Amino acid sequence: MSKKQKKNLIRIIVALSLFLILFVIDKTLNLASFINGPLNWLLPFGLYLIVYIIIGYDVIIKAVRNIAHGQVFDENFLMLVATIGAFALAIYKGVNQMEIEGFDEACAVLLFYQVGEFFQDYAVNKTRKSISSLMDIRPDYANVYRDGKLEILGPEEVKIGDIIVINPGEKVPLDGVVIKGNTSLDTKSLTGESLPRDAKENDEIISGAVNLTSQIEVKVTKEFYDSTVSKILELVESATNKKSNSENFISAFARVYTPIVVILALLLAIVPSLITGNWEIWVYRALSFLVVSCPCALVISIPLSFFSGIGVASKRGILIKGSNYLEKFSKANIFVFDKTGTLTKGNFAIAKVNPSARKDEILGLAAIAEQGSSHPIAKSILSAYKGKIADGYVITNVAGEGIIAKKDRDIIYCGNEKLMKNNKIKYDVLNEVGTIIYVAHNNEFIGSIVINDEIKKESKELISYLNSKHYESVMLTGDNEQVAENVAKELGLSKVYASLLPQNKAAYVEEMLAQKKSNDVLCFVGDGINDAPSIMTADIGIAMGGVGSDAAIEASDIVLMKDDLSNIIDAQRISHKTMTIVKENIIFAITVKVLILILSALGIANMWLAVFGDVGVAVIAILNAIRLFRIK
Amino acid sequence: MRKVFELEDLDCANCAAKIEEAISHLDGVKYASVSFMTQRMVLVIEDDKFDQVLESVKKTIKKIEPDCSIKC
Repeated sequence: MSKKQKKNLIRIIVALSLFLILFVIDKTLNLASFINGPLNWLLPFGLYLIVYIIIGYDVIIKAVRNIAHGQVFDENFLMLVATIGAFALAIYKGVNQMEIEGFDEACAVLLFYQVGEFFQDYAVNKTRKSISSLMDIRPDYANVYRDGKLEILGPEEVKIGDIIVINPGEKVPLDGVVIKGNTSLDTKSLTGESLPRDAKENDEIISGAVNLTSQIEVKVTKEFYDSTVSKILELVESATNKKSNSENFISAFARVYTPIVVILALLLAIVPSLITGNWEIWVYRALSFLVVSCPCALVISIPLSFFSGIGVASKRGILIKGSNYLEKFSKANIFVFDKTGTLTKGNFAIAKVNPSARKDEILGLAAIAEQGSSHPIAKSILSAYKGKIADGYVITNVAGEGIIAKKDRDIIYCGNEKLMKNNKIKYDVLNEVGTIIYVAHNNEFIGSIVINDEIKKESKELISYLNSKHYESVMLTGDNEQVAENVAKELGLSKVYASLLPQNKAAYVEEMLAQKKSNDVLCFVGDGINDAPSIMTADIGIAMGGVGSDAAIEASDIVLMKDDLSNIIDAQRISHKTMTIVKENIIFAITVKVLILILSALGIANMWLAVFGDVGVAVIAILNAIRLFRIK
Repeated sequence: MRKVFELEDLDCANCAAKIEEAISHLDGVKYASVSFMTQRMVLVIEDDKFDQVLESVKKTIKKIEPDCSIKC
């Protein structure tokens, strides 16, 4: 609790106890009977007024100040009019020798209004704090070598190429490359990943991570404004500035709601009174109207719900760039995926060597041919072969066919079917899905290697979730039909577009956007730079493994910091829950307010209920929004 | 020019909405967004009038919510 809140709390407790004492004495002994005659109302009035001023002096000051600024529909002012009106009505009754009542009510309205405000303030602050602590990644300083001496500087003063020292327990202030030392880094607040990440010499590390075990020296590669931590902070801080339709609806509603209720209150006070002459009854009902006229419950609880949703998501390493995207994502029902790197690991691995009895021989020969290449397929072969690779071969690359390696009379052929055919080698066709490499040695066919892109474990989980919801799942890939079909079948995807050039992917996304129904929402999930156009085109662009990939972060609407597709399920769950709560709050708050307005107009509800209609609803709506923190 | 400001003592959500509404209609302000939750204000201001517009933004905030101010 802040100082201001503590002071407020003490004031509320004092006022509340004074009020209760006064109330009990009044109800049992009847304060009005202490003085006889026409001035008998003075004692209860005076005593209640003291409590009123203790609890409400700030409301009075604010109301006067705001009315001086021409803010007629200010909530303080309206509350003041309602309560002073109630006092006036009670005095009027007293002067006219009617039964003395209403002082307690006037006082209680302001008292409960303040109690409600206090809870509101407390809850909002608490939420805000718990979310900003999640985002507590801003580094405060950097230890920099300047002229051979270690200096402590603000991270924004550090330049590219500077050497910084990061001690255990400190945050990494800027992106850079480790030049000395080994350590583990905690990236939980960046990626939601709870396992520490190891960093050794020449590893790139990102700012915002916390150094856990030992001192390292790092060469800075990016200035502070350009570093990961600044980008993420900027993104999260401006997330709530992109407002959802629900929020815009509520602001628009609030703008007309208060004036309408105030005008209705005026009409209610004047028109029936002129007809019936019962001024005190109708004025009282009109005052109840004023108490309910503040739209605060709505105005506060809707953004709070979105804010909580975004906060809860970012805790799991899912950055949602605005309330509008959260709202839209809850309706997402078409999911388009890039294949390599998104649904699959993109790390071509050897699935099979045929015949397996000659595995070492086949891999050894292939390794000789592929040793100079940096192609992913070559890499997968080289990483699978543990033996010594013979050298001295002259390697010739035959474009579109494969590689021929020669040493004296020794010839190794390593490539696709074309290479075998063109060199008149008899080979056994292998009917397997994936990339197949045939290996021949001195015109004799030895065997073949099947290389496949591994499907990610989480892909299956995600696609079966999408299927269970009857959402459409589409895969776009540059691979051939056979490979694509196989992946699609294994995952249970509903549609596949294969053999696409990277630049055609965005065009397909556009086509799908044109074909979908107007209330369908299409998401594109991809990674890396070449997916950026598709990510931008889609209704919702989702970038994976956001840390370190600037293009993806900038183009997308939702960033998965961790390279984990199952986060999409979490994000959907959070967005659904948020929207449910938003709808509940809108319907609940408006219904209660309208109901209380009607009941007050009919004289069934009194001011006590009206004050519940104002602050009670706000508190309940806030508590409802806080439920988001409990999503598992 | 786009700039993010931190606001101090922005106490009520409705005031935030009112401030946003008033500021976005100011001359020279292309876009304004006030977030009650993060206590942040994002302004897009025409480049050549920056200081002048910022002054009128400050005045508007003072008028609507006298307790609230831009933190520098």
